[in-house]
Amino acid sequence: MGSRKTRVLIAKPGLDGHDRGAKVVARGLRDAGMEVIYTGLRQTPEEIVRAAMQEDVDMIGLSILSGAHMSVCKKILEMMDQHQFHVPIFVGGIIPTDDGQQLMKMGIAAVFGPGTPISDIVGKVEEIVGQRVSE
Amino acid sequence: MESDKSDRLVSSQKSAQLDGLLERLRKGDQIALAKAISFFENDPELIFYLQGELQEILAQSKSHIVGVTGSPGAGKSTLTDAYVSILRREGKRVGIIAVDPSSPFTGGALLGDRIRMKRHFSDDGVFIRSMGSRGNVGGLNDSVFGVIMLYKLYGFDYIIIETVGAGQSEVDIAYVADTVVLVLSPSSGDEIQLMKAGIMEIADVFVVNKADMDGAELLKMNLETVLNFSEIQKPIVMSVATSGRGIDELYQQIEKHKTHLYETGEICQRASRRMKKHAETILDNRIQSILQCVDSNDVNVMVNAVLDEICKSRFGGL
Ligand code: B12
Ligand SMILES: Nc1nc2c(ncn2[C@@H]2O[C@H](COP(=O)(O)OP(=O)(O)O)[C@@H](O)[C@H]2O)c(=O)[nH]1
Ligand SMILES: [Mg+2]
Repeated sequence: MGSRKTRVLIAKPGLDGHDRGAKVVARGLRDAGMEVIYTGLRQTPEEIVRAAMQEDVDMIGLSILSGAHMSVCKKILEMMDQHQFHVPIFVGGIIPTDDGQQLMKMGIAAVFGPGTPISDIVGKVEEIVGQRVSE
Repeated sequence: MESDKSDRLVSSQKSAQLDGLLERLRKGDQIALAKAISFFENDPELIFYLQGELQEILAQSKSHIVGVTGSPGAGKSTLTDAYVSILRREGKRVGIIAVDPSSPFTGGALLGDRIRMKRHFSDDGVFIRSMGSRGNVGGLNDSVFGVIMLYKLYGFDYIIIETVGAGQSEVDIAYVADTVVLVLSPSSGDEIQLMKAGIMEIADVFVVNKADMDGAELLKMNLETVLNFSEIQKPIVMSVATSGRGIDELYQQIEKHKTHLYETGEICQRASRRMKKHAETILDNRIQSILQCVDSNDVNVMVNAVLDEICKSRFGGL
């Protein structure tokens, strides 16, 4: 009671049905003491941004294994500008290295590929969200 | 005196922020509403900040509070989703509070009720907030009272609260909602639950969900038998939340109960019951936190120390 909790939205955009990674990451963040809102499969960028807004999350995590990461991230960033709502975005899944770098340039906070230990992900979330809160 | 009071409540910086958020949310700004909820969730005593004009608006608010409770997996979220579709058809604006359990060990929580409510994600007339129970054992979250107030200030016509779904211990919703809907289903061993006291008494409308599954008719018959014992006529609705079957009837029954509450004046009793529970929750938390700081091996000393401390620390509004 009375203490601040880190809140995270984990979403699966588009038609991508690979949800193991999203669930593993969601559970990992929960076990690290965070409140994780999981919205399930097949979310549009609009739905993801609205959900993040209403839930007032500290960050959005996208799991994308379909290859659609570039266009999805671009749309979500546009949607955030439109709603004037900005939080860090993490992306995980099958992301080629070049694309990963491109995404970071676009404004994505961090990118993670297959085999990343959950502890690395938890650490990065705590770092980025911690920076934001102390600002 | 005045400044002393508000000092104790919040820092002036926080107070200016809150003022801004409250003003914006009353104009329909959902980002402001979401941020204000976070403030209240992290400090439930901030409700004392809602004074003067805001209190008047709250007193006049007619937002109807519907509580949805029942075992995990009974279909509460799916049913809420279907019910919200009907409310939207009627042009009503809806605020939802969906509570899921927090881990008592890590404090973390996986909040999944939204998975069943996707239909309303891009509808401006529906606002969904997921919450962890954060140590509350009655199936809610201590800040639920504050969130109700914010939803009322925003102007939702209906406020729906989905509880954790932990079984019979979860009766707090009865002190919070105007209309309590108990969702049962043939798949979750609810027949045994039915016979146990507590949860049955608090329902205003019963739903036998998953009517498409074997055992639903039997469950309904058993339910009728139990209800006959208590001689109170309460409606039972058969539903299939996934297809929408029976949801129109659920809507009608909730409307009927609402009308009944207003005709008999019981709506006022419900409101004062909610306020008492709210006060109790705040006092409970105060006692807990003071008690944690009392170091003694004498119960007498402990009790008196807490009482002393409580008397010293009055809150705003008094
Ligand atoms: C299991 C699997 C499936 C299962 C999925 C089951 C399920 N419910 O998830 C099934 C069999 C259904 C399946 C189907 C398909 N699959 Co498949 N599948 C895989 C496979 C073998 C493993 C994926 C997995 O679950 N990994 C385990 C999890 C834990 O790892 P992860 O998701 O990578 O997550 C980790 C990180 O990426 C990161 N992470 C992930 N998400 C997030 C999110 C956040 C916020 C953060 C911080 C981190 C993070 O952290 C996690 C932990 O380290 C991969 C190959 C591979 N080695 O990755 C192919 C693969 C992903 N599939 C592939 C394909 C093509 C398909 C199909 C189109 C095949 C077909 N033609 O039918 C279909 C499409 C299904 C659909 N509707 O989308 C391709 C994708 C190619 C691409 N993107 O260019 C892959 C890469 C195989 C390949 N080499 O070709 N698949
Ligand atoms: N067959 C059937 N399944 C349902 C019905 N309502 C909900 N479900 C399913 O029951 C599961 C649990 O539903 P959910 O709404 O999450 O339950 P909650 O835990 O009470 O909120 C989901 O898989 C739903 O699709 C129904 O009327 N019939
Ligand atoms: Mg639920």
